[in-house]
Amino acid sequence: MRPVLIALPVLALAFLAGGLALTRPVTVPDTALAGLTGDAIAGEAVFWAAGCASCHAAEGATGAARLVLAGGQRFASEFGTFIAPNISMHPEQGIGAWSFADFVTAVQEGTSPEGRHYYPAFPYGAYRLAARQDLADLWAFWQTLPSADTPSAPHEIGFPFSIRRAVGAWNLLNLHDDFVVTGELTEAETRGRYLAEALAHCAECHTPRDALGGLDRRAWMAGAPNPSGSGTIPALTPDRLTWSEAEIAAYLNDGFTPDFDSAGGHMVSVIRNIAMLGDEDRLAIAAYLKALPPAGD
Amino acid sequence: MMFRTSLLTLAAIAAAGTTLAQDLPAPVQARQGQFQIMALNIGVVANMARGNTEYDAASAQAAADNLVAISMLDQSFHWPEGTDNMALEGTRALPAIWENLPDVVEKWGAFGAAAQGLAAVAGGGLEGMQAALGPVGGSCGACHDAYRAPE
Repeated sequence: MRPVLIALPVLALAFLAGGLALTRPVTVPDTALAGLTGDAIAGEAVFWAAGCASCHAAEGATGAARLVLAGGQRFASEFGTFIAPNISMHPEQGIGAWSFADFVTAVQEGTSPEGRHYYPAFPYGAYRLAARQDLADLWAFWQTLPSADTPSAPHEIGFPFSIRRAVGAWNLLNLHDDFVVTGELTEAETRGRYLAEALAHCAECHTPRDALGGLDRRAWMAGAPNPSGSGTIPALTPDRLTWSEAEIAAYLNDGFTPDFDSAGGHMVSVIRNIAMLGDEDRLAIAAYLKALPPAGD
Repeated sequence: MMFRTSLLTLAAIAAAGTTLAQDLPAPVQARQGQFQIMALNIGVVANMARGNTEYDAASAQAAADNLVAISMLDQSFHWPEGTDNMALEGTRALPAIWENLPDVVEKWGAFGAAAQGLAAVAGGGLEGMQAALGPVGGSCGACHDAYRAPE
């Protein structure tokens, strides 16, 4: 569907919901976070699982450069080009001056400290399922990260998507407080679901989107067009991804497919993150993928 | 190494608009075969690294040496202009390759360096081989990250 056609219902919803004050950005108060103490060492694992560096470090960064969250990577979409902001510890250009509540508000509600909506290119829709203790640990780890003084570049988003209030309407439609995969899950599948749905946000690329850019939860991980180029992002459902759990876990560690082809595109960066986790977490993700409902035809 | 892109133009073949691998231009088939040979040899080493097969010093060394040998093949004739994934079906080579040839050449060189690092230790024990395989995989990924389209 053309963006202009998409825009009409977006705007209609924005005005309708705006009247009901439902599109107001949500914030998390300090009091909701009382009693949480972060552990930076535990937070490092959350950092890699959540994939922060894949978008906010420099394109193609490896090693210690993946801890420099200066932003600048460009993400094309049919709504315009989003440019990852500086989220390093720099007090002015980055987020070094934020409180923990500011951080949780950004990560789980998609609201900036100034009370504006972030665009959902930032996967707060996944992160809102993260455990608050994990976020406390992550924020503790964040304090150890370097500062970068690169200013954030503005997104290249045209009217009407430049109306940030419309994101509030989008949030009403697309934010969920429950996991997609439900039912009886083993311990490993449950851990894998948490890693995949709440932190690693696999679905952002592997699940198709509706006309408004929301994830189609009925076609969860069923594969999708590549938003920033040619080709498609493959399905991860067990009827399509037929690798064994051990093969999936190994791929997420060394980047080789069962045929010893190597990962490509943004997945290279994802594997750089997931390779930092323990074997049991990679096996948990594999177990979760095998528990997905089939994509069907 | 040089990509002598002006030597061959394949517009006519490209225009044929083929989808079957056997119909792809010979240089595309050649480079795809090259990557298959690479994958086969990486598989020998990586299967040992993953614990799928038992470590065998002679096989590991032979596979690593093959990777070094491939890294030394001059690539000039594998990559004529007009063989990107916009011009042809059946290749995932992005047009960005031809827009950033010096960087592509550098990344191919990084594969060679990583392969040599692997060959230096592959026959000397499992742990050293495992450690040296990481940079090889990294060099594959670095190029694919930038220059290969998803399937």
